[in-house]
Amino acid sequence: MATNNNSNHKYVIETRDLDIFYGSFKAVTGVNMNVERHKITAIIGPSGCGKSTLLRAFNRMNELYAGTSIQGQVMFEGEDIYAPQVDPVEVRYRIGMVFQKPNPFPKSIYENIAWTARIHGYKGNMNELVENSLRQAALWDEVKDKLHQSGLSLSGGQQQRLCIARAISIKPEVILMDEPASALDPIATLKIEELMQEIKKSYTIVIVTHNMQQAARASDYTAMMMLADRQARSGTVIEFDETNRIFTNPKDKRTEDYVTGRFG
Amino acid sequence: MKEKAIVQGFSDNLGARNRKGTIWYVLFQASTVIGILALIALVLNIINGAFGYVAYEARVDPDTLAVDGIPLTDQSKEQLVALLQSTLSSGAYTKLENDKPFAERSREEVYQLIVERIIRPEVVQVWNLWPSLTQADEIRATLASEHPDAELDFISWLSKDFVTRPQTSEAFTAGVRTAIFGSLWTILFTILLAFPIGVGAAIYLEEYASDNRFNRIIQTNINNLAGVPSIIYGILGLAIFVRTLEPLTSGEIFGLVDPTTASGRTVLSAGLTLGLLVLPIIIINAQEAIRAVPRSLRNASFGVGATKWQTVWSHVLPNAMPGILTGTILAISRAIGETAPLVVVGASTAISFDPNSPFSKFTTLPIQIYQWTSRPQDEFRSLAAASILVLLVLLLTLNASAVLLRNRFSRRY
Repeated sequence: MATNNNSNHKYVIETRDLDIFYGSFKAVTGVNMNVERHKITAIIGPSGCGKSTLLRAFNRMNELYAGTSIQGQVMFEGEDIYAPQVDPVEVRYRIGMVFQKPNPFPKSIYENIAWTARIHGYKGNMNELVENSLRQAALWDEVKDKLHQSGLSLSGGQQQRLCIARAISIKPEVILMDEPASALDPIATLKIEELMQEIKKSYTIVIVTHNMQQAARASDYTAMMMLADRQARSGTVIEFDETNRIFTNPKDKRTEDYVTGRFG
Repeated sequence: MKEKAIVQGFSDNLGARNRKGTIWYVLFQASTVIGILALIALVLNIINGAFGYVAYEARVDPDTLAVDGIPLTDQSKEQLVALLQSTLSSGAYTKLENDKPFAERSREEVYQLIVERIIRPEVVQVWNLWPSLTQADEIRATLASEHPDAELDFISWLSKDFVTRPQTSEAFTAGVRTAIFGSLWTILFTILLAFPIGVGAAIYLEEYASDNRFNRIIQTNINNLAGVPSIIYGILGLAIFVRTLEPLTSGEIFGLVDPTTASGRTVLSAGLTLGLLVLPIIIINAQEAIRAVPRSLRNASFGVGATKWQTVWSHVLPNAMPGILTGTILAISRAIGETAPLVVVGASTAISFDPNSPFSKFTTLPIQIYQWTSRPQDEFRSLAAASILVLLVLLLTLNASAVLLRNRFSRRY
């Protein structure tokens, strides 16, 4: 199953001059950024600048949308995940994803995790795996008495934590989170943020967020994205640094305007 | 005053607006009512034909056939067989014995033979249910003056015997069992062909096929095929299943040829033809259902590293199944009522033995109805009305079971 982290590489994910296209439209231009192991990297920026597109390029989810293509490279542990011999299914297995809208399977809480583990050939003790995954996602105490109820019967915040539990049940190396808290209330959001701090000990996390405070509170590194060229409507990473510096001492004027709320 | 102006604005033209709303309301309600009235008229018309008085004259009065004071209806099978043997010519008796030995016939079958061959009731006149109920006295009076020998009976053409008796050429002993089994066998093969292929094609078109010119042409053609007149499918079935694939559809390559048929005009051919006919309906409905499965569910599955097949099998199909089954219900309803393609494929006009294998000759309920309505005698129209009721009940039963199946699937978490 999960391969051990290959520690030869300082960065888990590196992109090299990454361009992402929808058909002939270039949505993201020239991204060079590195994702450090066991850290939380946030991607922030205004709507429509390609944050989610960039995130989905990290585990080849983009390919599920017709007509997408990339130029440049996305390296995972030093390996080009877009190389022809690489199976995208394997990429998504090792780089998991949590979506904006909580999307548990319309199955029981138990089955949400058990199905995920089963398709990857898990043969161990399933009850144990389900319990561990739910514990790691800080959901066990709330659902331990109703494991066989529908995942959809939970509240929005619980559903999102179930999705996180499902993602970590197969022990990926990276978890990509696409605005995981944007559909949740502040208390549920806080729980997700605490959870991220907890699981970053074992996993590398990349999170897209609209919420500047969330990026400032929860992340170690921040990538600031913006439309590079207003005519072409193509987004790019204009600044990538430690979160502290992005919020206190940004190099780029546009970053400063954005994080201080003077944008647009 | 300003305040008053606002109130006036609220109620300006209120009468006209309400009238307009009422007109639309009445129009829409009228459409519904007209539809329901048409349906009620149809059902009443059929029921009207399926019951009523029948006047008939028997060639031989059944009372004269009593033996030792036991009326015909109470005699044992052996007595009835003896009666047949003594009354019929020996040639006719031997022929019956050769068709099916008397030892194998039930008492009921033998009794029917006596009605057909000895008593030979001949229908004088048939009345529908409505006149039978309202003008019974007049009917009796007319009959007494015009046909003093005729017997008058109130007959329910739809009866348990009607459903369980095989087809015969005599109105009084005819039944639809042969046709019911024919319909069920045919539908079985229709579903066996159309459901897996239809769902498979829908999965391919929705999940695997890329959006290119070739696939768009295929899609357009499937949509058009759903509107092709059914008789054309009959001609297709005749060419492919009956003629070209005759060794297969007649059971020849399995060594199972039905001795009474030497061609591909079998239950199998009929079922496959109807299968082709409903295939586009199933494909289109299954596609709709698959398309309606939310993207977020597919994302969830792909996001945990599931393959396309795992996603389709575990998430897309179970969630699309209620919609797919709805389409299948529509398809079954269409197939079970089809007549024209089966006439072309070669439904048998007169068979009295139930189909017992895919390679049997067949007739179906709509074919039976079609044949009876085209007979000149009134009593066959009453039989047709009764078989229409049987067809409706069969259709509703099949649909109800499909709906139950669908509800099981849609009981989601």
